[in-house]
Amino acid sequence: MSIATTAPFTTRQARTVPPRATRDPAWARWTLTAVALAFLAFFLVLPLVVVFAEAFSKGAAFFMATIREPDARSAIWLTLFTVAIAVPANVVFGIAAAWAIAKFRFPGKSLLTTLIDLPFAVSPVISGLVYVLVFGAQGWLGPWLIDHNVRIIFAVPGIVLATVFVTFPFVARELIPLMQAQGTDEEYSAVTLGANGWQTFWRVTLPNIRWGLFYGVILCNARAMGEFGAVSVVSGHIRGETNTMPLHVEILYNEYNSAGAFAVASLLALLALVTLVVKSAIEWRQNAAP
Amino acid sequence: MARTRSSRSILPGFGLSLGFTLAYLGLIVLVPLSAAFLKTAGMSWHEFTEAVASPRVVAAYRLSFGASLAAGFVNMVFGLIVAWVLVRYSFPGKRIVDALVDLPFALPTAVAGIALTSLYASNGWVGRWLAPLGIKVAFTWTGVFVALTFIGLPFVVRTVQPVLQELEPEIEEAASTLGATRRQTVTRILLPELMPSLLTGFALAFARALGEYGSVVFISGNMPMKTEIVPLLIITKLEQYDYRGATAIAVVMLVSSFILLLLINLLQKWSRRYHTI
Repeated sequence: MSIATTAPFTTRQARTVPPRATRDPAWARWTLTAVALAFLAFFLVLPLVVVFAEAFSKGAAFFMATIREPDARSAIWLTLFTVAIAVPANVVFGIAAAWAIAKFRFPGKSLLTTLIDLPFAVSPVISGLVYVLVFGAQGWLGPWLIDHNVRIIFAVPGIVLATVFVTFPFVARELIPLMQAQGTDEEYSAVTLGANGWQTFWRVTLPNIRWGLFYGVILCNARAMGEFGAVSVVSGHIRGETNTMPLHVEILYNEYNSAGAFAVASLLALLALVTLVVKSAIEWRQNAAP
Repeated sequence: MARTRSSRSILPGFGLSLGFTLAYLGLIVLVPLSAAFLKTAGMSWHEFTEAVASPRVVAAYRLSFGASLAAGFVNMVFGLIVAWVLVRYSFPGKRIVDALVDLPFALPTAVAGIALTSLYASNGWVGRWLAPLGIKVAFTWTGVFVALTFIGLPFVVRTVQPVLQELEPEIEEAASTLGATRRQTVTRILLPELMPSLLTGFALAFARALGEYGSVVFISGNMPMKTEIVPLLIITKLEQYDYRGATAIAVVMLVSSFILLLLINLLQKWSRRYHTI
Protein backbone atom coordinates (compact mmCIF):
# COMPACT_ATOMS: atom_id res chain seq x y z
CA MET A 1 0.00 0.00 0.00
CA SER A 2 2.95 2.32 0.47
CA ILE A 3 3.38 2.38 -3.27
CA ALA A 4 -0.09 3.82 -3.65
CA THR A 5 0.59 6.72 -1.34
CA THR A 6 4.04 7.60 -2.60
CA ALA A 7 3.62 7.05 -6.33
CA PRO A 8 3.37 10.23 -8.36
CA PHE A 9 -0.02 9.26 -9.74
CA THR A 10 -2.61 7.02 -8.13
CA THR A 11 -5.28 5.90 -10.52
CA ARG A 12 -8.82 5.37 -9.40
CA GLN A 13 -8.34 1.68 -10.08
CA ALA A 14 -5.35 1.39 -7.80
CA ARG A 15 -7.50 2.61 -4.91
CA THR A 16 -10.62 0.51 -5.60
CA VAL A 17 -9.24 -2.90 -6.63
CA PRO A 18 -9.45 -5.12 -3.52
CA PRO A 19 -6.24 -6.75 -2.33
CA ARG A 20 -7.26 -10.05 -3.92
CA ALA A 21 -9.55 -9.68 -6.90
CA THR A 22 -10.79 -13.23 -6.55
CA ARG A 23 -12.30 -12.86 -3.10
CA ASP A 24 -16.03 -12.59 -2.60
CA PRO A 25 -17.31 -10.04 -0.11
CA ALA A 26 -17.77 -11.36 3.42
CA TRP A 27 -21.54 -11.13 3.40
CA ALA A 28 -21.64 -13.28 0.26
CA ARG A 29 -19.30 -15.86 1.76
CA TRP A 30 -21.34 -16.21 4.92
CA THR A 31 -24.69 -16.32 3.14
CA LEU A 32 -23.63 -18.86 0.54
CA THR A 33 -21.96 -21.09 3.10
CA ALA A 34 -25.03 -20.94 5.32
CA VAL A 35 -27.35 -21.70 2.41
CA ALA A 36 -25.21 -24.59 1.23
CA LEU A 37 -24.88 -26.12 4.68
CA ALA A 38 -28.57 -25.67 5.44
CA PHE A 39 -29.51 -27.33 2.15
CA LEU A 40 -27.20 -30.27 2.82
CA ALA A 41 -28.27 -30.60 6.43
CA PHE A 42 -31.90 -30.63 5.44
CA PHE A 43 -31.63 -32.99 2.51
CA LEU A 44 -28.78 -35.29 3.53
CA VAL A 45 -28.17 -35.29 7.24
CA LEU A 46 -31.77 -35.27 8.37
CA PRO A 47 -32.79 -38.46 6.53
CA LEU A 48 -29.67 -40.20 7.78
CA VAL A 49 -30.40 -39.22 11.36
CA VAL A 50 -34.00 -40.33 11.17
CA VAL A 51 -32.96 -43.81 10.01
CA PHE A 52 -30.92 -44.44 13.12
CA ALA A 53 -33.33 -42.66 15.44
CA GLU A 54 -36.29 -44.68 14.29
CA ALA A 55 -34.27 -47.90 14.30
CA PHE A 56 -33.67 -47.61 18.02
CA SER A 57 -36.99 -45.97 18.86
CA LYS A 58 -38.21 -49.16 20.53
CA GLY A 59 -34.97 -49.89 22.25
CA ALA A 60 -31.92 -51.95 21.53
CA ALA A 61 -33.59 -55.24 22.45
CA PHE A 62 -36.25 -54.81 19.78
CA PHE A 63 -33.51 -53.90 17.32
CA MET A 64 -31.57 -57.09 17.98
CA ALA A 65 -34.75 -59.20 17.92
CA THR A 66 -35.67 -57.82 14.49
CA ILE A 67 -32.24 -58.56 13.08
CA ARG A 68 -32.25 -62.08 14.49
CA GLU A 69 -35.64 -63.02 13.07
CA PRO A 70 -35.37 -65.93 10.59
CA ASP A 71 -36.77 -63.90 7.69
CA ALA A 72 -34.33 -61.09 8.38
CA ARG A 73 -31.44 -63.53 8.62
CA SER A 74 -32.29 -65.17 5.31
CA ALA A 75 -32.65 -61.73 3.71
CA ILE A 76 -29.19 -60.79 4.96
CA TRP A 77 -27.79 -64.08 3.74
CA LEU A 78 -29.39 -63.72 0.31
CA THR A 79 -28.02 -60.18 -0.05
CA LEU A 80 -24.51 -61.34 0.83
CA PHE A 81 -24.76 -64.33 -1.48
CA THR A 82 -25.90 -62.14 -4.38
CA VAL A 83 -23.06 -59.71 -3.80
CA ALA A 84 -20.55 -62.55 -3.55
CA ILE A 85 -21.44 -63.58 -7.09
CA ALA A 86 -22.26 -60.27 -8.76
CA VAL A 87 -19.24 -58.28 -7.65
CA PRO A 88 -16.51 -60.78 -8.66
CA ALA A 89 -18.26 -61.39 -12.00
CA ASN A 90 -18.30 -57.69 -12.75
CA VAL A 91 -14.70 -57.34 -11.56
CA VAL A 92 -13.56 -59.97 -14.04
CA PHE A 93 -15.55 -58.24 -16.76
CA GLY A 94 -14.25 -54.81 -15.78
CA ILE A 95 -10.64 -55.96 -15.93
CA ALA A 96 -11.14 -57.72 -19.27
CA ALA A 97 -12.92 -54.73 -20.80
CA ALA A 98 -10.36 -52.25 -19.48
CA TRP A 99 -7.49 -54.42 -20.75
CA ALA A 100 -8.98 -54.64 -24.23
CA ILE A 101 -9.92 -50.98 -24.43
CA ALA A 102 -6.87 -49.41 -22.81
CA LYS A 103 -4.04 -51.50 -24.17
CA PHE A 104 -5.05 -52.06 -27.76
CA ARG A 105 -6.29 -50.12 -30.76
CA PHE A 106 -9.39 -51.23 -32.58
CA PRO A 107 -12.35 -49.58 -34.27
CA GLY A 108 -15.56 -49.07 -32.35
CA LYS A 109 -13.93 -48.33 -29.00
CA SER A 110 -16.16 -45.41 -28.09
CA LEU A 111 -19.24 -47.38 -29.12
CA LEU A 112 -18.12 -50.17 -26.81
CA THR A 113 -17.60 -47.75 -23.95
CA THR A 114 -21.05 -46.27 -24.48
CA LEU A 115 -22.62 -49.73 -24.55
CA ILE A 116 -20.89 -50.57 -21.28
CA ASP A 117 -22.49 -47.48 -19.77
CA LEU A 118 -25.97 -48.53 -20.87
CA PRO A 119 -27.13 -50.07 -17.56
CA PHE A 120 -26.57 -46.69 -15.93
CA ALA A 121 -29.14 -45.15 -18.22
CA VAL A 122 -31.77 -47.83 -17.71
CA SER A 123 -34.29 -47.54 -14.91
CA PRO A 124 -33.90 -50.31 -12.30
CA VAL A 125 -37.48 -51.48 -12.84
CA ILE A 126 -36.87 -51.81 -16.57
CA SER A 127 -33.67 -53.72 -15.82
CA GLY A 128 -35.74 -56.28 -13.97
CA LEU A 129 -38.45 -56.24 -16.62
CA VAL A 130 -36.12 -57.21 -19.45
CA TYR A 131 -34.95 -60.25 -17.52
CA VAL A 132 -38.55 -61.28 -16.94
CA LEU A 133 -39.06 -60.93 -20.68
CA VAL A 134 -36.20 -63.33 -21.37
CA PHE A 135 -36.46 -65.84 -18.53
CA GLY A 136 -40.04 -65.48 -17.35
CA ALA A 137 -42.76 -68.04 -17.94
CA GLN A 138 -43.95 -66.16 -21.00
CA GLY A 139 -40.47 -65.15 -22.00
CA TRP A 140 -38.16 -66.34 -24.74
CA LEU A 141 -36.60 -69.10 -22.68
CA GLY A 142 -39.67 -69.64 -20.54
CA PRO A 143 -40.96 -72.89 -22.00
CA TRP A 144 -37.46 -74.41 -22.16
CA LEU A 145 -36.81 -73.51 -18.53
CA ILE A 146 -40.11 -74.96 -17.39
CA ASP A 147 -39.42 -78.18 -19.26
CA HIS A 148 -36.07 -78.52 -17.55
CA ASN A 149 -37.46 -77.49 -14.18
CA VAL A 150 -35.09 -74.56 -13.87
CA ARG A 151 -36.43 -71.51 -12.06
CA ILE A 152 -34.71 -68.24 -12.74
CA ILE A 153 -37.35 -65.57 -12.32
CA PHE A 154 -38.93 -65.51 -8.86
CA ALA A 155 -35.90 -67.42 -7.61
CA VAL A 156 -32.37 -66.65 -6.54
CA PRO A 157 -30.69 -66.88 -9.99
CA GLY A 158 -32.97 -64.13 -11.30
CA ILE A 159 -32.02 -61.89 -8.41
CA VAL A 160 -28.33 -62.48 -9.06
CA LEU A 161 -28.71 -61.77 -12.79
CA ALA A 162 -30.66 -58.56 -12.22
CA THR A 163 -28.04 -57.40 -9.73
CA VAL A 164 -25.24 -58.19 -12.19
CA PHE A 165 -27.00 -56.09 -14.83
CA VAL A 166 -27.50 -53.12 -12.56
CA THR A 167 -23.92 -53.07 -11.25
CA PHE A 168 -22.42 -53.94 -14.62
CA PRO A 169 -20.51 -50.72 -15.42
CA PHE A 170 -19.07 -49.81 -12.03
CA VAL A 171 -15.72 -51.55 -12.12
CA ALA A 172 -15.20 -51.06 -15.86
CA ARG A 173 -15.88 -47.32 -15.61
CA GLU A 174 -13.22 -46.94 -12.94
CA LEU A 175 -10.59 -49.06 -14.65
CA ILE A 176 -10.90 -47.90 -18.26
CA PRO A 177 -9.79 -44.28 -17.79
CA LEU A 178 -7.24 -45.35 -15.21
CA MET A 179 -5.60 -47.89 -17.46
CA GLN A 180 -5.79 -45.54 -20.42
CA ALA A 181 -3.99 -42.87 -18.44
CA GLN A 182 -1.33 -45.33 -17.36
CA GLY A 183 -0.56 -46.29 -20.93
CA THR A 184 1.20 -49.39 -22.16
CA ASP A 185 4.86 -48.65 -21.55
CA GLU A 186 5.30 -50.80 -18.50
CA GLU A 187 3.50 -53.73 -20.05
CA TYR A 188 5.60 -53.47 -23.21
CA SER A 189 8.76 -53.50 -21.12
CA ALA A 190 7.58 -56.56 -19.25
CA VAL A 191 6.81 -58.44 -22.46
CA THR A 192 10.13 -57.54 -24.04
CA LEU A 193 11.82 -58.82 -20.89
CA GLY A 194 10.13 -62.15 -21.43
CA ALA A 195 6.99 -62.10 -19.31
CA ASN A 196 3.96 -63.90 -20.63
CA GLY A 197 0.46 -62.44 -20.54
CA TRP A 198 -0.52 -63.56 -17.04
CA GLN A 199 2.76 -62.52 -15.50
CA THR A 200 2.47 -59.12 -17.11
CA PHE A 201 -0.99 -58.70 -15.77
CA TRP A 202 -0.41 -59.94 -12.22
CA ARG A 203 2.92 -58.29 -11.59
CA VAL A 204 2.81 -55.12 -13.63
CA THR A 205 -0.76 -54.03 -14.35
CA LEU A 206 -2.57 -55.17 -11.24
CA PRO A 207 -0.38 -53.36 -8.72
CA ASN A 208 -0.83 -50.17 -10.71
CA ILE A 209 -4.58 -50.35 -10.81
CA ARG A 210 -5.19 -51.73 -7.34
CA TRP A 211 -6.63 -48.56 -5.83
CA GLY A 212 -8.91 -47.90 -8.79
CA LEU A 213 -9.97 -51.52 -8.64
CA PHE A 214 -10.69 -51.31 -4.93
CA TYR A 215 -12.69 -48.11 -5.48
CA GLY A 216 -14.76 -49.76 -8.20
CA VAL A 217 -15.37 -52.80 -6.00
CA ILE A 218 -16.59 -50.62 -3.14
CA LEU A 219 -19.05 -48.78 -5.35
CA CYS A 220 -20.18 -51.98 -7.03
CA ASN A 221 -20.71 -53.61 -3.65
CA ALA A 222 -22.72 -50.70 -2.26
CA ARG A 223 -25.01 -50.65 -5.25
CA ALA A 224 -25.39 -54.42 -5.32
CA MET A 225 -26.40 -54.67 -1.69
CA GLY A 226 -28.86 -51.81 -1.93
CA GLU A 227 -30.51 -52.59 -5.25
CA PHE A 228 -34.25 -52.44 -4.86
CA GLY A 229 -36.18 -51.76 -8.07
CA ALA A 230 -34.67 -54.41 -10.31
CA VAL A 231 -34.69 -57.09 -7.63
CA SER A 232 -38.24 -56.18 -6.69
CA VAL A 233 -39.42 -57.06 -10.19
CA VAL A 234 -37.67 -60.42 -10.49
CA SER A 235 -37.88 -61.67 -6.97
CA GLY A 236 -41.45 -62.72 -6.30
CA HIS A 237 -41.08 -61.43 -2.72
CA ILE A 238 -41.23 -64.88 -1.17
CA ARG A 239 -40.42 -64.42 2.48
CA GLY A 240 -37.48 -66.39 3.68
CA GLU A 241 -36.50 -67.34 0.17
CA THR A 242 -36.31 -64.58 -2.37
CA ASN A 243 -36.14 -61.47 -0.24
CA THR A 244 -33.01 -59.39 -0.08
CA MET A 245 -32.43 -56.84 2.67
CA PRO A 246 -34.01 -53.90 0.82
CA LEU A 247 -37.04 -56.00 0.00
CA HIS A 248 -37.28 -57.09 3.62
CA VAL A 249 -37.22 -53.43 4.65
CA GLU A 250 -40.14 -52.83 2.32
CA ILE A 251 -42.12 -55.73 3.77
CA LEU A 252 -41.60 -54.61 7.34
CA TYR A 253 -42.50 -51.03 6.45
CA ASN A 254 -45.69 -52.05 4.67
CA GLU A 255 -46.69 -54.02 7.74
CA TYR A 256 -46.46 -50.82 9.76
CA ASN A 257 -43.52 -52.27 11.64
CA SER A 258 -41.69 -48.98 11.27
CA ALA A 259 -39.06 -49.59 13.91
CA GLY A 260 -38.31 -53.01 12.47
CA ALA A 261 -38.02 -51.66 8.94
CA PHE A 262 -35.61 -48.97 10.10
CA ALA A 263 -33.64 -51.51 12.10
CA VAL A 264 -32.79 -53.48 8.96
CA ALA A 265 -32.45 -50.21 7.04
CA SER A 266 -29.90 -48.96 9.54
CA LEU A 267 -27.63 -51.88 8.67
CA LEU A 268 -27.77 -50.77 5.04
CA ALA A 269 -27.23 -47.15 6.06
CA LEU A 270 -24.21 -48.21 8.06
CA LEU A 271 -22.87 -49.93 4.97
CA ALA A 272 -23.43 -46.69 3.03
CA LEU A 273 -21.44 -44.72 5.60
CA VAL A 274 -18.60 -47.25 5.53
CA THR A 275 -18.63 -47.01 1.73
CA LEU A 276 -18.35 -43.22 1.94
CA VAL A 277 -15.49 -43.41 4.41
CA VAL A 278 -13.52 -45.91 2.33
CA LYS A 279 -14.26 -43.95 -0.85
CA SER A 280 -13.02 -40.70 0.70
CA ALA A 281 -9.96 -42.39 2.14
CA ILE A 282 -8.97 -43.69 -1.28
CA GLU A 283 -9.57 -40.30 -2.89
CA TRP A 284 -7.49 -38.45 -0.31
CA ARG A 285 -4.75 -40.99 -0.73
CA GLN A 286 -4.77 -40.57 -4.48
CA ASN A 287 -4.74 -36.80 -4.22
CA ALA A 288 -1.90 -36.86 -1.74
CA ALA A 289 0.37 -39.21 -3.66
CA PRO A 290 0.41 -38.41 -7.40
CA MET B 1 4.79 -66.09 -31.32
CA ALA B 2 1.97 -65.03 -33.62
CA ARG B 3 2.95 -62.37 -36.08
CA THR B 4 -0.29 -62.36 -37.99
CA ARG B 5 -1.69 -59.12 -36.53
CA SER B 6 1.51 -57.26 -35.96
CA SER B 7 -0.21 -53.92 -36.39
CA ARG B 8 -2.14 -54.43 -33.18
CA SER B 9 0.22 -54.91 -30.31
CA ILE B 10 2.79 -57.21 -28.86
CA LEU B 11 0.74 -57.43 -25.69
CA PRO B 12 -1.02 -60.74 -25.42
CA GLY B 13 -4.60 -61.32 -24.45
CA PHE B 14 -6.41 -59.14 -26.97
CA GLY B 15 -8.56 -61.89 -28.38
CA LEU B 16 -9.38 -63.31 -24.98
CA SER B 17 -10.21 -60.02 -23.31
CA LEU B 18 -12.19 -58.54 -26.17
CA GLY B 19 -14.00 -61.79 -26.81
CA PHE B 20 -14.99 -62.17 -23.18
CA THR B 21 -16.00 -58.52 -22.99
CA LEU B 22 -18.25 -58.73 -26.01
CA ALA B 23 -19.79 -62.03 -24.95
CA TYR B 24 -20.51 -60.83 -21.41
CA LEU B 25 -21.82 -57.49 -22.64
CA GLY B 26 -24.01 -59.20 -25.19
CA LEU B 27 -25.47 -61.79 -22.86
CA ILE B 28 -26.01 -59.64 -19.81
CA VAL B 29 -26.95 -56.29 -21.36
CA LEU B 30 -27.69 -56.34 -25.06
CA VAL B 31 -29.81 -59.46 -25.42
CA PRO B 32 -32.15 -58.67 -22.50
CA LEU B 33 -32.51 -55.04 -23.61
CA SER B 34 -33.36 -56.11 -27.13
CA ALA B 35 -36.09 -58.32 -25.69
CA ALA B 36 -38.04 -55.20 -24.77
CA PHE B 37 -37.78 -53.74 -28.27
CA LEU B 38 -38.54 -56.99 -30.02
CA LYS B 39 -41.60 -57.53 -27.91
CA THR B 40 -43.04 -54.15 -28.80
CA ALA B 41 -42.11 -54.69 -32.43
CA GLY B 42 -44.64 -57.49 -32.35
CA MET B 43 -47.41 -55.12 -31.36
CA SER B 44 -49.48 -53.24 -33.88
CA TRP B 45 -49.32 -49.45 -33.86
CA HIS B 46 -52.83 -49.31 -32.50
CA GLU B 47 -52.00 -51.58 -29.60
CA PHE B 48 -48.83 -49.66 -28.90
CA THR B 49 -50.45 -46.24 -28.79
CA GLU B 50 -53.26 -47.59 -26.68
CA ALA B 51 -50.79 -48.96 -24.18
CA VAL B 52 -48.71 -45.83 -24.12
CA ALA B 53 -51.25 -43.03 -24.47
CA SER B 54 -54.00 -44.04 -22.09
CA PRO B 55 -54.85 -41.33 -19.52
CA ARG B 56 -53.33 -43.18 -16.60
CA VAL B 57 -50.06 -43.67 -18.42
CA VAL B 58 -49.95 -40.08 -19.63
CA ALA B 59 -50.56 -38.88 -16.07
CA ALA B 60 -47.66 -41.03 -14.92
CA TYR B 61 -45.38 -39.62 -17.64
CA ARG B 62 -46.35 -36.11 -16.67
CA LEU B 63 -45.53 -36.77 -13.04
CA SER B 64 -42.23 -38.51 -13.72
CA PHE B 65 -40.97 -35.99 -16.29
CA GLY B 66 -42.33 -32.95 -14.49
CA ALA B 67 -41.04 -33.80 -11.05
CA SER B 68 -37.67 -34.86 -12.47
CA LEU B 69 -37.33 -31.55 -14.34
CA ALA B 70 -38.24 -29.54 -11.25
CA ALA B 71 -35.87 -31.53 -9.05
CA GLY B 72 -33.15 -31.11 -11.66
CA PHE B 73 -33.54 -27.33 -11.62
CA VAL B 74 -33.43 -27.12 -7.86
CA ASN B 75 -30.34 -29.29 -7.85
CA MET B 76 -28.76 -27.11 -10.51
CA VAL B 77 -29.16 -23.99 -8.38
CA PHE B 78 -28.25 -25.47 -5.02
CA GLY B 79 -25.68 -27.82 -6.47
CA LEU B 80 -23.84 -24.83 -7.91
CA ILE B 81 -23.92 -23.10 -4.53
CA VAL B 82 -22.68 -26.22 -2.73
CA ALA B 83 -19.90 -26.76 -5.27
CA TRP B 84 -18.89 -23.09 -5.01
CA VAL B 85 -18.78 -23.21 -1.24
CA LEU B 86 -16.83 -26.47 -1.20
CA VAL B 87 -14.23 -25.27 -3.69
CA ARG B 88 -13.80 -21.62 -2.74
CA TYR B 89 -14.44 -21.32 0.94
CA SER B 90 -13.14 -23.15 3.95
CA PHE B 91 -14.88 -23.99 7.16
CA PRO B 92 -14.43 -26.61 9.86
CA GLY B 93 -15.62 -30.03 8.79
CA LYS B 94 -15.47 -29.23 5.09
CA ARG B 95 -13.93 -32.59 4.23
CA ILE B 96 -16.72 -34.43 5.97
CA VAL B 97 -19.33 -32.34 4.18
CA ASP B 98 -17.59 -33.03 0.90
CA ALA B 99 -17.69 -36.78 1.52
CA LEU B 100 -21.30 -36.60 2.65
CA VAL B 101 -22.43 -35.16 -0.69
CA ASP B 102 -22.07 -38.64 -2.13
CA LEU B 103 -24.57 -40.10 0.33
CA PRO B 104 -27.42 -40.38 -2.20
CA PHE B 105 -25.09 -42.46 -4.36
CA ALA B 106 -24.20 -44.85 -1.59
CA LEU B 107 -27.48 -45.13 0.31
CA PRO B 108 -29.86 -47.85 -0.86
CA THR B 109 -32.93 -46.34 -2.45
CA ALA B 110 -35.36 -48.20 -0.22
CA VAL B 111 -33.68 -46.80 2.89
CA ALA B 112 -33.86 -43.28 1.47
CA GLY B 113 -37.49 -43.88 0.57
CA ILE B 114 -38.68 -44.86 4.01
CA ALA B 115 -36.55 -42.20 5.70
CA LEU B 116 -38.00 -39.42 3.55
CA THR B 117 -41.54 -40.72 4.00
CA SER B 118 -41.06 -40.85 7.74
CA LEU B 119 -39.72 -37.30 7.78
CA TYR B 120 -42.43 -35.71 5.69
CA ALA B 121 -45.50 -37.58 6.86
CA SER B 122 -47.96 -35.48 8.83
CA ASN B 123 -46.52 -36.67 12.12
CA GLY B 124 -42.94 -36.72 10.91
CA TRP B 125 -40.10 -34.54 12.10
CA VAL B 126 -40.59 -32.09 9.22
CA GLY B 127 -44.16 -32.84 8.32
CA ARG B 128 -45.47 -31.83 11.70
CA TRP B 129 -44.21 -28.28 11.15
CA LEU B 130 -45.77 -28.08 7.71
CA ALA B 131 -49.13 -29.64 8.55
CA PRO B 132 -50.52 -26.62 10.48
CA LEU B 133 -49.61 -24.51 7.44
CA GLY B 134 -51.72 -26.78 5.31
CA ILE B 135 -48.71 -28.08 3.40
CA LYS B 136 -48.83 -31.79 2.70
CA VAL B 137 -45.66 -33.31 1.39
CA ALA B 138 -45.88 -37.06 1.81
CA PHE B 139 -48.23 -38.82 -0.61
CA THR B 140 -48.37 -35.83 -2.93
CA TRP B 141 -46.53 -34.55 -5.98
CA THR B 142 -44.39 -32.47 -3.61
CA GLY B 143 -43.17 -35.61 -1.90
CA VAL B 144 -42.07 -37.07 -5.22
CA PHE B 145 -40.25 -33.81 -5.97
CA VAL B 146 -38.45 -33.88 -2.60
CA ALA B 147 -37.35 -37.49 -3.07
CA LEU B 148 -36.03 -36.78 -6.57
CA THR B 149 -34.13 -33.74 -5.29
CA PHE B 150 -32.41 -35.97 -2.74
CA ILE B 151 -31.49 -38.47 -5.43
CA GLY B 152 -30.08 -35.93 -7.87
CA LEU B 153 -28.17 -33.88 -5.33
CA PRO B 154 -24.65 -35.22 -5.96
CA PHE B 155 -24.78 -35.06 -9.73
CA VAL B 156 -24.54 -31.32 -10.24
CA VAL B 157 -22.11 -30.87 -7.37
CA ARG B 158 -19.74 -33.53 -8.68
CA THR B 159 -19.78 -32.30 -12.26
CA VAL B 160 -19.25 -28.65 -11.36
CA GLN B 161 -16.62 -29.16 -8.66
CA PRO B 162 -13.71 -30.25 -10.87
CA VAL B 163 -14.41 -27.46 -13.36
CA LEU B 164 -14.49 -24.86 -10.60
CA GLN B 165 -11.27 -26.20 -9.19
CA GLU B 166 -9.50 -25.90 -12.50
CA LEU B 167 -10.57 -22.32 -13.11
CA GLU B 168 -7.56 -20.09 -12.98
CA PRO B 169 -7.72 -17.04 -10.73
CA GLU B 170 -5.90 -15.07 -13.44
CA ILE B 171 -9.14 -14.86 -15.42
CA GLU B 172 -10.93 -13.17 -12.54
CA GLU B 173 -8.01 -10.95 -11.75
CA ALA B 174 -7.84 -9.85 -15.38
CA ALA B 175 -11.54 -9.04 -15.34
CA SER B 176 -11.10 -7.04 -12.18
CA THR B 177 -8.21 -5.01 -13.52
CA LEU B 178 -10.32 -4.23 -16.56
CA GLY B 179 -12.92 -2.69 -14.28
CA ALA B 180 -15.46 -5.44 -13.69
CA THR B 181 -17.23 -5.55 -10.35
CA ARG B 182 -17.26 -8.83 -8.50
CA ARG B 183 -20.82 -9.45 -9.60
CA GLN B 184 -19.99 -8.82 -13.24
CA THR B 185 -17.04 -11.17 -13.00
CA VAL B 186 -19.24 -13.89 -11.60
CA THR B 187 -22.17 -13.50 -13.96
CA ARG B 188 -20.38 -12.68 -17.20
CA ILE B 189 -17.16 -14.65 -16.90
CA LEU B 190 -17.55 -17.50 -14.44
CA LEU B 191 -21.11 -18.67 -15.02
CA PRO B 192 -20.66 -19.11 -18.78
CA GLU B 193 -17.52 -21.14 -18.05
CA LEU B 194 -19.53 -23.36 -15.74
CA MET B 195 -22.58 -23.68 -17.96
CA PRO B 196 -21.54 -26.88 -19.81
CA SER B 197 -20.84 -28.73 -16.59
CA LEU B 198 -24.01 -27.35 -15.00
CA LEU B 199 -26.07 -28.62 -17.90
CA THR B 200 -24.31 -31.98 -17.82
CA GLY B 201 -25.06 -32.32 -14.13
CA PHE B 202 -28.66 -31.32 -14.73
CA ALA B 203 -29.03 -33.91 -17.48
CA LEU B 204 -27.48 -36.62 -15.29
CA ALA B 205 -29.75 -35.75 -12.36
CA PHE B 206 -32.76 -35.65 -14.67
CA ALA B 207 -31.93 -39.02 -16.21
CA ARG B 208 -31.49 -40.61 -12.81
CA ALA B 209 -34.69 -39.10 -11.46
CA LEU B 210 -36.75 -40.33 -14.42
CA GLY B 211 -36.07 -43.96 -13.68
CA GLU B 212 -35.96 -43.74 -9.91
CA TYR B 213 -38.15 -46.22 -8.09
CA GLY B 214 -37.08 -47.10 -4.54
CA SER B 215 -36.79 -43.61 -3.10
CA VAL B 216 -40.04 -42.43 -4.59
CA VAL B 217 -42.41 -45.33 -4.28
CA PHE B 218 -42.82 -44.97 -0.51
CA ILE B 219 -43.40 -41.25 -0.33
CA SER B 220 -45.57 -40.93 -3.39
CA GLY B 221 -48.61 -42.86 -2.20
CA ASN B 222 -49.02 -44.38 -5.65
CA MET B 223 -52.50 -43.14 -6.42
CA PRO B 224 -53.26 -43.73 -10.09
CA MET B 225 -53.68 -40.54 -12.11
CA LYS B 226 -52.26 -38.49 -9.25
CA THR B 227 -49.07 -39.75 -7.72
CA GLU B 228 -48.16 -42.78 -9.75
CA ILE B 229 -44.69 -42.68 -11.25
CA VAL B 230 -43.91 -44.54 -14.45
CA PRO B 231 -41.70 -47.28 -12.90
CA LEU B 232 -44.48 -48.14 -10.51
CA LEU B 233 -46.99 -48.29 -13.35
CA ILE B 234 -44.72 -50.77 -15.12
CA ILE B 235 -44.64 -52.99 -12.03
CA THR B 236 -48.41 -52.77 -11.63
CA LYS B 237 -48.92 -53.90 -15.19
CA LEU B 238 -46.46 -56.74 -14.70
CA GLU B 239 -48.36 -57.93 -11.67
CA GLN B 240 -51.50 -57.97 -13.77
CA TYR B 241 -49.62 -60.02 -16.34
CA ASP B 242 -50.05 -57.25 -18.91
CA TYR B 243 -46.55 -57.85 -20.26
CA ARG B 244 -47.22 -56.01 -23.51
CA GLY B 245 -48.47 -52.90 -21.79
CA ALA B 246 -45.58 -52.90 -19.38
CA THR B 247 -43.04 -53.40 -22.16
CA ALA B 248 -44.57 -50.67 -24.32
CA ILE B 249 -44.26 -48.16 -21.50
CA ALA B 250 -40.75 -49.39 -20.77
CA VAL B 251 -39.68 -48.91 -24.39
CA VAL B 252 -40.77 -45.26 -24.31
CA MET B 253 -38.69 -44.79 -21.15
CA LEU B 254 -35.74 -46.63 -22.69
CA VAL B 255 -35.79 -44.44 -25.79
CA SER B 256 -35.93 -41.30 -23.61
CA SER B 257 -33.03 -42.61 -21.53
CA PHE B 258 -30.93 -43.33 -24.60
CA ILE B 259 -31.61 -39.89 -26.02
CA LEU B 260 -30.61 -38.42 -22.68
CA LEU B 261 -27.45 -40.54 -22.64
CA LEU B 262 -26.56 -39.24 -26.09
CA LEU B 263 -27.25 -35.68 -24.95
CA ILE B 264 -25.08 -36.14 -21.89
CA ASN B 265 -22.20 -37.49 -23.98
CA LEU B 266 -22.47 -34.51 -26.31
CA LEU B 267 -22.59 -32.11 -23.37
CA GLN B 268 -19.48 -33.71 -21.91
CA LYS B 269 -17.68 -33.40 -25.23
CA TRP B 270 -18.66 -29.71 -25.42
CA SER B 271 -17.52 -29.21 -21.88
CA ARG B 272 -14.16 -30.83 -22.58
CA ARG B 273 -13.63 -28.71 -25.66
CA TYR B 274 -14.06 -25.61 -23.52
CA HIS B 275 -11.29 -26.67 -21.24
CA THR B 276 -8.51 -27.80 -23.48
CA ILE B 277 -7.95 -24.17 -24.44
